[in-house]
Amino acid sequence: MSAVIENHHDDHHHGPDKGLMRWVLTTNHKDIGTLYLWFSFAMFLTGGCMALVIRAELFQPGLQLVVPEFFNQMTTMHGLIMVFGAVMPAFVGLANWLVPMMIGAPDMALPRMNNYSFWILPFAFSMLLSTLFMEGGAPNFGWTFYAPLSTEYAPPSVTFFIFAVHLMGISSIMGSINVVVTILNLRAPGMRLMDMPLFVWTWLITAYLLIAVMPVLAGVVTMMLMDIHFGTAFFSAGGGGDPVLFQHVFWFFGHPEVYIMILPAFGIVSAIIPTFARKKLFGYDSMVYATASIAFLSFIVWAHHMFTVGMPIAGELYFMYATMLIAVPTGVKVFNWAATMWQGSMTFETPMLFAVAFVILFTIGGLSGLMLSIVPADFQYHDTYFVVAHFHYVLVPGSIFSIMAAAYYWLPKWTGNMYDETLGKTHFWLSFVGVNVTFFPQHFIGLAGMPRRYPDYALQFADWNMVSSVGAFIFGFSQLLFLFIVIKCIMGGKKATDEVWEGAEGLEWTIASPAPYHTFSTPPELPERSMA
Amino acid sequence: MARKESKVGEGQRLKTSLQWLIALAALSSSWQALADWSALNMTKGVTAISREVYDLHMLIFTICVVIGVLVFGVMIWSMLVHRKSLGHEPATFSHSTKLEYAWTIIPIFILIGMAVPATSTLRDMYDASGADIDIEVRGYQWKWQYTYLSDDPTQEVKFISSLLTPPDEYYNRTPKREHYLSDVDNPLVIPINKRVRFLITSNDVIHSWWVPDFAVKKDAIPGFVHEAWAIVEEPGIYRGKCTELCGKDHGFMPIVVKAVEQAEYESWLAMKQQEALQVYETVGKTWTMAELMETGEQVYAQACQSCHQANGQGIPPAFPSLVGQGLAIGPVDAHIDIVVNGKAGSAMQAFAAQLNPAEIAAVVTYERNAWGNNVGDLVQPRAVNALISSEE
Repeated sequence: MSAVIENHHDDHHHGPDKGLMRWVLTTNHKDIGTLYLWFSFAMFLTGGCMALVIRAELFQPGLQLVVPEFFNQMTTMHGLIMVFGAVMPAFVGLANWLVPMMIGAPDMALPRMNNYSFWILPFAFSMLLSTLFMEGGAPNFGWTFYAPLSTEYAPPSVTFFIFAVHLMGISSIMGSINVVVTILNLRAPGMRLMDMPLFVWTWLITAYLLIAVMPVLAGVVTMMLMDIHFGTAFFSAGGGGDPVLFQHVFWFFGHPEVYIMILPAFGIVSAIIPTFARKKLFGYDSMVYATASIAFLSFIVWAHHMFTVGMPIAGELYFMYATMLIAVPTGVKVFNWAATMWQGSMTFETPMLFAVAFVILFTIGGLSGLMLSIVPADFQYHDTYFVVAHFHYVLVPGSIFSIMAAAYYWLPKWTGNMYDETLGKTHFWLSFVGVNVTFFPQHFIGLAGMPRRYPDYALQFADWNMVSSVGAFIFGFSQLLFLFIVIKCIMGGKKATDEVWEGAEGLEWTIASPAPYHTFSTPPELPERSMA
Repeated sequence: MARKESKVGEGQRLKTSLQWLIALAALSSSWQALADWSALNMTKGVTAISREVYDLHMLIFTICVVIGVLVFGVMIWSMLVHRKSLGHEPATFSHSTKLEYAWTIIPIFILIGMAVPATSTLRDMYDASGADIDIEVRGYQWKWQYTYLSDDPTQEVKFISSLLTPPDEYYNRTPKREHYLSDVDNPLVIPINKRVRFLITSNDVIHSWWVPDFAVKKDAIPGFVHEAWAIVEEPGIYRGKCTELCGKDHGFMPIVVKAVEQAEYESWLAMKQQEALQVYETVGKTWTMAELMETGEQVYAQACQSCHQANGQGIPPAFPSLVGQGLAIGPVDAHIDIVVNGKAGSAMQAFAAQLNPAEIAAVVTYERNAWGNNVGDLVQPRAVNALISSEE
């Protein structure tokens, strides 16, 4: 469509720098998006290796490979790395690449800050990973780091963990401010908020969630730091504090955090399904309102993670009812996706396969979440593998599948080449089978009574643990195929058209493939009134 | 991008995928026949409350399955039929106010249908009427202590319950026996058909006391006491677990509750009270080195070994070595003191709450004279008792 003509002066270069310094100094949203995506993939493999250590140990009853001390370090680091290193940076990477191209902006609004917010991350994670080599080992108190296990009883490396979390928080807050400022100020003339693609909408809401809750996380780790080094007793009953206060503050951050990791996924799927169904997204307005409702509700349900701490019945009932309410807007979204597919003209290229699997498997995770909200039943589910199955269903075939769907969907735009469709589908089916074989049996293990974070287990759990471990290795190793497919696509392949997908709508498909280094230096003319 | 395929090819593909589905269903049903049902679903348990919880679980589960089948059914139907390869033309609708109202409002009624029975079960669980027996459940890294509370302190029965499975089994040196990781040395004993109240707390980090058959799971939180209760209807042995990550041996502190007839419970309790009296008498007697070393070794294995290891080498820096260094070969008073009072800010507990003076004397003697440590001195229980009494 409209090839963008660069409007530049002679003293002003328009291509990327050469060599390493291009990446260190870059303020280009596409470069930074690429950095974020590669970083998150590296972390995904790192956290994945840790998951495989866990699953290998749990393949059989007995301690075969690791001792319990190290097992606890693996569960802790796996959680922290996947949440803060893999899922969140991947979404920020996608936001960097896509938000400016979707709203017709030349770049992010605050490009230098964009550079900082990325480059903090390698330092934060080097610091976190370095704790594995310290005396006393890495953090071993679970990714939820409940006090006093994480304060009075923590290994010395906890201080490095605290500062690593601080750095991640700073990076996230800067990234979010950038997204908010970009979306509110740099939309192409004439694009109203309700004209924005849903990915932009979901990221706008996510960014507000991040700005609201990352300081709470920073607060709680700072209170830990004070308890450990400066003699305060926020979380120590012996000094007049309360260990449960930690959990309230942590989950006030933690629950919105869960939605931070899923709202952008909703946006991605809402872009992909209409394209491959060749039909407009059903219920755009209700999608926006549902996302906003979910974000609001996420602030008032935190204690449903804590039903067993001994809250009074009024508290338990309130948090149960509020949590159940989340099912309503989430249901609206799932019904809207189903209605978008209904009566469409569907084809099933790799992005669509991942997107449809997302809708189905995320819904399974949502339904088990509804079961978990029922307090009396939660007393039996809480802290068992049922919970592990639940949140992995929303995070792996949820968030991770959406990220992979996004990668396949926009790769041709980023690289100018089509990926290998056969390999892509192979990757999908291996991942789909692997994920379900890994996590579905964990529902059984949990209901039968196996608690989470156990390095070893009673004999009645042996069969399904073995099945789950086999699935984990299938899923884990299939991700190397993904790496191969992406590299192959970058190196070459069938040239992509500008539109790439028949039926794709949105400003990013109006620019050349691969996307030029600078796009929309002059604002685009909106092709029609509604971009949604 | 879409590849054109003939309708015949599509039909064949449908047929093969149908065959696959049937094969899968057959496979899963044969698995179900093979697998024990208790390995797949929540236990019904042995209390009125646990059965209520089970029914609630099955109700919600059924509702979720029905919703899932309907939604996924629509999606799968659509994926099979509304395909470009079958020549299906896309419709143009993108909005339906009626439909959107329907699928916002109908779920609210379904949720109310779930919330009503859930609320009533929860109210039953929170029923705080008086109990027949009060038992304090105290979590330690990594064992449980049970105290049968009584108005008369001399009648109070208190004991530690810890894992029975030996390390040889979990390190795969000997075969794993029945109740692997699910058996303890001293189970909690309660009478059936009595309302037993558990007062749950912790001495160090947060633990969680879970017995699935009673539908009781309550966090054990240092500095706070929370209560739960059960009326067990059938005699039997019920096994549970710690469900809050509490450090390295989180997976190695099971719970065993033995529910017995009232008469059996009473004679058991009387026996325990008698035992406590005997222990009290041993404190006054003068022990020989051999007696102290023998008892000390047993106490060490039960109370100290999980951190300081069987060979005394510990796991530094969290759990220091006791061999040839530190308090174990230093002044004896300081050695007794750290065992009695623990060390603040570390995993070293105050064992005065868990061990009697004779056991403390024995284990201190053992540590000073085992693994090549040969300080040679011997600690009498009355010395330990004097230290504890002087602090009180």
